[in-house]
Amino acid sequence: MAMKRKDGRSLTDIRKMEAKVGVIPNADGSAMFKMGDTIAIAAVYGPKHLHPQHMQNPQTGILRCSYDLMSFSVNDRKKPGPSRRSQELSKVTQWALEPAIDLQDFPSTVVDVTIQIIQADAGTRTAGINAASLALAHAGIPMKNLVCSIAIGKLDKDIVVDLDKSEEDFEGGEGPTDFPLAKLANTDQYTLVQLDGKIQPDKVKEVLKLADDACAKIYEIQKNALKEIVEQ
Amino acid sequence: MDTNTEAHEAENQEDVQSEEPKKRRVVVPGEVIVSGEDFLPGEGTRREGNDVLASRYGLAEESGRVVKVLAITGAFIPRRNNVVIGRISQITSNGWVVSIDCASSAFIPIDESPRFINKSEMDQFLDVGDAVAAKIWSMGPRGIDLALKSRGLGKLDGGFLFRVIPNRVPRVIGREGSMINLIKEKTGCEITVGQNGWIWIKGKDIESQIKARKAIEMVTDKIYLSGLTDKMEAWFADN
Repeated sequence: MAMKRKDGRSLTDIRKMEAKVGVIPNADGSAMFKMGDTIAIAAVYGPKHLHPQHMQNPQTGILRCSYDLMSFSVNDRKKPGPSRRSQELSKVTQWALEPAIDLQDFPSTVVDVTIQIIQADAGTRTAGINAASLALAHAGIPMKNLVCSIAIGKLDKDIVVDLDKSEEDFEGGEGPTDFPLAKLANTDQYTLVQLDGKIQPDKVKEVLKLADDACAKIYEIQKNALKEIVEQ
Repeated sequence: MDTNTEAHEAENQEDVQSEEPKKRRVVVPGEVIVSGEDFLPGEGTRREGNDVLASRYGLAEESGRVVKVLAITGAFIPRRNNVVIGRISQITSNGWVVSIDCASSAFIPIDESPRFINKSEMDQFLDVGDAVAAKIWSMGPRGIDLALKSRGLGKLDGGFLFRVIPNRVPRVIGREGSMINLIKEKTGCEITVGQNGWIWIKGKDIESQIKARKAIEMVTDKIYLSGLTDKMEAWFADN
């Protein structure tokens, strides 16, 4: 591929990724996931007693996600505390992870997932989902599969994989487009499909193909992170 | 053996991770462990078509035709007959509510007291905040019932409590209690190990208690080594 991006990647290259499991000793499961300059940490607690009681489901345990940016994670200090954006992303993350886990053996309980972005450079929800999926596995929660997540974007007419902040804000041509996706690893089941911007309907297939390839790479990184803490 | 954990060790045998070399490998959820109709999916696995897949993260083990995944991380999942160490969190009219670090609440009925207790004097036997060692007697949708009527169970007086990762408890106990007996023998401490990760140590002096704790923390750190009992014996010789 001839065209290079600002940081030297080709259009289909993902950023440098790094995953680490067990970063928070007090949690039942925890993980860090780094995509370029975006760093997410996730902690899992539970299954534990669920309060308030009206949220309890006697048929199965429930998942409860919370996503937030640290106040120092962005250039202009983010006011701490829940915001419209963080509430939406918490919900979207929860929906992305729910199909992967099975809490039928733990009725009336809750599994809490807390995601914190400690450094933000676009793609924070995808980094958060990748970290949370690792942390859930690390906590020994019964799962169908790991969840891999990647954002696809558009620079004018070119489809590009894993945008950073400068690319996400690209205003030229057809305008900024961000297409975050999450899927169950090794399957065709997508658990998160969002679209912010404009894209031609016939290009969506190409996007899914690129996401598939990127997710396969992310899955390998996740798998190695989980295996390397034992094989030492 | 002067101590009181013999009784529990018998039940913990099943959980003990054997130290003889066996075919084991780390698997992540969704990973194919074995293919073929010959295998039966056991704990922590499921069958999908021709394959047996891991449904949780852990060590996959094939014992005969049964394939299972042993947990190596995560929260304590209570099982019947587990010995646990908890704290009294509430006194009710017919027993004590105990917090044992898991999702469902645990309960000691008043009948479990070794002598008759007047309902107005229940705090004389077990008061809020007291530590107890108890065995999980039954588990139902409404919670866990605990029993005290067994050797080595009951209120823990003196000594100190600390916590290790619950999944490493089988290693602390060792094959047929070999590890814990070694530590008891070398330090002369009384030790009760709860399956929920809480460990109680009481010894003659503070040095021996600290030594016992250090030894146990060594064992939980070095979980992936084999032949650990021999290595610990060497460690005790050096210290």
